[in-house]
Amino acid sequence: MKNGWSPYLGGALTGLLLIAWVLSTTFILGKTKMLGASTAFVRVAALVENQINPQAVKTLAYYQKYKPKVDWKLVLVFIGVPIGAFLAAVKNKEFKVRMIHERFQRAFGKNQVLRAAMAFMGGFLLVYGARLAGGCPSGHGLSGMSQLSLSAFISVAGFFIGGIPLAFILYKRRR
Amino acid sequence: MELIMGLIAGIIWGYIFQRTRIIRFDKQVGLLLLEDFTVLKYLLSAVMVGSLGVNLLAQLGIITYSVKTTYLLANFLGGLIFGLGWALLGYCPGTSTGALAEGAIDAFFGILGGILGAIAFAHTYDWWKANIYPIGALGKVRIPELISMPPILVAVVFAAMLAVICYFLEKKNL
Repeated sequence: MKNGWSPYLGGALTGLLLIAWVLSTTFILGKTKMLGASTAFVRVAALVENQINPQAVKTLAYYQKYKPKVDWKLVLVFIGVPIGAFLAAVKNKEFKVRMIHERFQRAFGKNQVLRAAMAFMGGFLLVYGARLAGGCPSGHGLSGMSQLSLSAFISVAGFFIGGIPLAFILYKRRR
Repeated sequence: MELIMGLIAGIIWGYIFQRTRIIRFDKQVGLLLLEDFTVLKYLLSAVMVGSLGVNLLAQLGIITYSVKTTYLLANFLGGLIFGLGWALLGYCPGTSTGALAEGAIDAFFGILGGILGAIAFAHTYDWWKANIYPIGALGKVRIPELISMPPILVAVVFAAMLAVICYFLEKKNL
């Protein structure tokens, strides 16, 4: 944990980023927009499905809500965040290719195939659940709770009620 | 313009993610194991600043709220499924791409799974919409209207509560 930022500093800056974002979207785009991340996955899904199964994109109601196009959320999550994280990692000499993390290794060892399979399954449930809930820790957690919206508190409670027990089952075991 | 703004916001956010370490698997799983509260401290302080700023700006009429509709059962069930995926993956949607960018290749498999999850949801959305969304569909509800209190007051009290939680975490050395 050398030379990182305090989570309070990073959090306060993120709160300011949200405020700057709602102000600039209001004044530049003429409509207040909130920050969110999981919709970006839907845009990518629509773009992918448009290539392999265009019929579904034409007929499914969900793709009428989220048409296959590159929008600002896709750019934010799939281009902006990686650039920012990469710059920060390189600048601080922390870029390191890795597959296995300490808390995983303690429970499962260095099994890379298992890690990839769990990550894949996890990613599937993560985005499926986020779309059902209507948002993720960005859309519900940051933007929703900041607006004191009821749906945000219900969803965020769900994140932890689902996540904590499974994390204990998976990672509390010792090899 | 919209795309350039998204790019800039993303770069700043990704930079913050990496510097605070909240994009690390060990930090995210550490929170779910109630052993490392870095991610929670980050989120709570972001919401503290965000709720004061957003509610003040909205009450002054400078911005408008953009509230998601409350579907009690769908919000909760979706949240639960998200939580299961979160424990397995160890990243959330916004941090997964940043984790990959600092070298965590396991995040790549999570992102692939996520795209497939979004496709699966698009194909099953109609069923949820017909059967689950109507249960507890309350509209675009906010806490201040729900308890009939002035939004600014609720925001201040809420931010103060978050500050107390952070104070408690520090006091207990968590």
